[in-house]
Amino acid sequence: MASIGKIARRTFLIGSAAIVGGAAFGAWYVGRPAPNPLKPGSGEAALTPFVLVTGEGVTLITPRSEMGQGTQTTLAALIAEELDVAWEDVRIMHGPPAAAYYNSALLHEVIPGKGYDQSEFMHALAEYVGRVGKVMEMQITGGSTAMKDAYERLRVAGATAREALKSAASARLGVETARLRTENGQVIAPDGTAIPYTDLASDAAKVDLREPELRDPSQWKYLGKAMPRLDMVGKVTGTAAFGIDTRPEGLKFAALRINPKRAGMRNFDASAAESMPGVEKVVDLGNGLAVVARNTWLAQQAVDAIDVEWEDAPYPSETAAIFEKIAAAFDKKPNSTMRNDGDADAMPEGATEVTAEYTVPYLAHATMEPMNATAHYTGDALTVWSGNQAPTFTRDHCARAAGLDPAQVTVITPYLGGGFGRRGEMDFSVYATKVAVAMQGTPVQLTWSREEDMRHDFYRPGAMARMRGAVRRGSAVLLDAQVAAQSTSQQAMNRWLGISPGGPDKGHVDGLFNAPYAIPNHRVRGYLADLDVPVGFWRSVGASFNAFFQDSFMDELAHAAGADPLDFRLSLMRDEFPAGAGVLEAVRDMSGWGGTKLANTGRGVGFSYSFGTPVAQVVEVIDEGGTIRIARVWIAADVGTILDPGITEAQMIGGCIYGLSAAVNEEITFADGAVEQMNFPDYDALRMHNTPKFEVQLLENNNRLGGVGEPGTPPAAPALANALFDLTGTRARQLPLSQSFDLLL
Amino acid sequence: MATTLTINGKSHDVDLPEDVPLLWVLRDEIGLTGTKFGCGVAACGACTVHIDGQAVRSCQVSLGDVWGDVTTIEGLGTPDAMSVLQQAWVEHQVAQCGYCQSGQIMQAASLLEQNPNPSDTDIDDAMQGNLCRCGTYPRIRAAIRSAAAKMEG
Repeated sequence: MASIGKIARRTFLIGSAAIVGGAAFGAWYVGRPAPNPLKPGSGEAALTPFVLVTGEGVTLITPRSEMGQGTQTTLAALIAEELDVAWEDVRIMHGPPAAAYYNSALLHEVIPGKGYDQSEFMHALAEYVGRVGKVMEMQITGGSTAMKDAYERLRVAGATAREALKSAASARLGVETARLRTENGQVIAPDGTAIPYTDLASDAAKVDLREPELRDPSQWKYLGKAMPRLDMVGKVTGTAAFGIDTRPEGLKFAALRINPKRAGMRNFDASAAESMPGVEKVVDLGNGLAVVARNTWLAQQAVDAIDVEWEDAPYPSETAAIFEKIAAAFDKKPNSTMRNDGDADAMPEGATEVTAEYTVPYLAHATMEPMNATAHYTGDALTVWSGNQAPTFTRDHCARAAGLDPAQVTVITPYLGGGFGRRGEMDFSVYATKVAVAMQGTPVQLTWSREEDMRHDFYRPGAMARMRGAVRRGSAVLLDAQVAAQSTSQQAMNRWLGISPGGPDKGHVDGLFNAPYAIPNHRVRGYLADLDVPVGFWRSVGASFNAFFQDSFMDELAHAAGADPLDFRLSLMRDEFPAGAGVLEAVRDMSGWGGTKLANTGRGVGFSYSFGTPVAQVVEVIDEGGTIRIARVWIAADVGTILDPGITEAQMIGGCIYGLSAAVNEEITFADGAVEQMNFPDYDALRMHNTPKFEVQLLENNNRLGGVGEPGTPPAAPALANALFDLTGTRARQLPLSQSFDLLL
Repeated sequence: MATTLTINGKSHDVDLPEDVPLLWVLRDEIGLTGTKFGCGVAACGACTVHIDGQAVRSCQVSLGDVWGDVTTIEGLGTPDAMSVLQQAWVEHQVAQCGYCQSGQIMQAASLLEQNPNPSDTDIDDAMQGNLCRCGTYPRIRAAIRSAAAKMEG
């Protein structure tokens, strides 16, 4: 059997090798059921890895973490819909690290192809390759995949459990299962006899499970409706436990200081810190220090009092030099040519050429809850409480840091105070583990200051694009896009799994190569910058910058062609991707696009297809006495099947605000090898007073279930930049926009 | 030297240096974890509590300077007995990650206490110190309006 490393190299990035990699496992290995990690006690039944029935009630196991998108609520709804549990009785638990909870949809993204034009064959292939994720124990929350992964799987889990409970009731009552029905956590016989599931647990555990039939969506009670979120009451009463709220008996608190230049330490002097009030221990982490004290604040004071001499950064120490390296990537061989239609080298006869170069900065995730984790090491066991997006990888990395076997490590995943990709990393859990090992027998919570969090992120890579296009008779006839940036996938795979995948990086050009415009001569090439600035997955990943390049340039082409920017896009998309055209038409109609233009007002449209979901946004900006305010945004998204309209709307608005915040005012810069931004005053997002009003329309014409958590982000930056062009006549080709415009901050 | 604090109507003796911020006393010493740490420099509002009914950033108030009775999110209402404002937050399904919401709610509670019928501009002015990275602002605004209407009625 091929090693995991080899499979990962073959599958992570696209190309025909992905298919070979999947097949190398053999269908038997990939297809066999993963063991059920739940260990029910006597009188309890774990009917599938997702349904646990005990004497007290039914607990639904959600395989993904809750970082704010409402994922766990909709995952529970998928199970409860088939299981027939009353919503007020639904209890959920985050699944422990286990292969059974692998994310089958994450690897779908590695399949070649643009996505929106996927054939049944390619879809089936993606399903197959996705199952390799089980072998790799890829229990990951990310990539807007939770629902794609769970849509069938969790409904089947609920239905399987329901049928097992009915079989148990059938044996007890002597009534055929076909004559039994289920409602509100009970099996009900034709004579009205009702047996609660809790009474049937032991018997149901002995039933042979069989493939159930799923209900037709027309019968759904929960799915398709805005369900009350299961985490809402806890989150508005301060009783929901985030990672930072973990309070085991005897807990000590620690603070962190790591080399801001992302290298090691030459030397340090901690003598002053050691004698400060409440201090228990100074821990040398190799690339920085932690101080354990009676409370976090005392620990923070002490760690700040340590004299340290840091080693130099492994990347150019100034922002300008970093971007020179990014620009230099254009001179190398492209890493990918994911689209190459027609002849992009030739200039179509009679066409007008347009060229432009764009630049976007590095960005931090800046989750509201700073990085933290709590760990308790006893010598032969380790428990880690960590709000993380990847429990299996977290378990393995912490085991290694503690010198334990993964089986000796328990990972508990409380709520995440924001993730956006940052909590897919293992660093915060590993640092806490190292501190706990130094404090054997005492649980320790390691909390990062906001400054540590801001300066030790895995940043959205800075990126540049060189765009060349041509228009003729009101339409685009050529688009030749080149993007240069660091490869997030390569760096992250190396950190997570210790492998450096080669091959084309699809995420790097996502949002460009699969922009669903039918342009006859269309080429997209990606160039990887050779840099060691720490980069990571940031909400919407490559599409976060590529949509800005793509859809700002579409606007430039439309203006060069003398066409209305929205009609220009629409005519290139209508046949290529009808669901994409549908969202453009929806925002056109909602916003009254093309009507009388008010004085001091500008409007722009942005479109992006990412994570399976086309989203269009129209942004309206108003000049109010020299200061420009983002007044309104209209959003249309087509997610194929709307599993929860309330949560989907919240994600579309929240995703857009995340994108607008970055476009307006966020930038990570480097000086002397360290990130210059320290805290929210240097890296601020939109707030109540400068957040626009929103109107959202959700459509269901797309032929596949699309993602929800990320697709709202990419169109925001181009829509805003295009609106500012409409208002001022100035084309912004660099973010953040507050550097070029007087925006309301 | 022990300092005595009244928090959510209950008295607590705290033996800590007087310069320890109230935030850390609440979270790490008393175990009231509903009040959140976000920035430590009064730039995000996640740590907002009330002192004598006034919204303050608990990361900026030293233990020795606490001048009155402290109310935290736990004192505003409980899951079984939520305040009108918390009920409005549930009705509008405001929270996403939820980490900033304790602070948002404490800030909004203080706004409504002083101004039972705030305009959009009043809401902007009162709430712009409270950061939310998930972008829940439109629903926060709707929940404040809805709570204001209920309290008026």
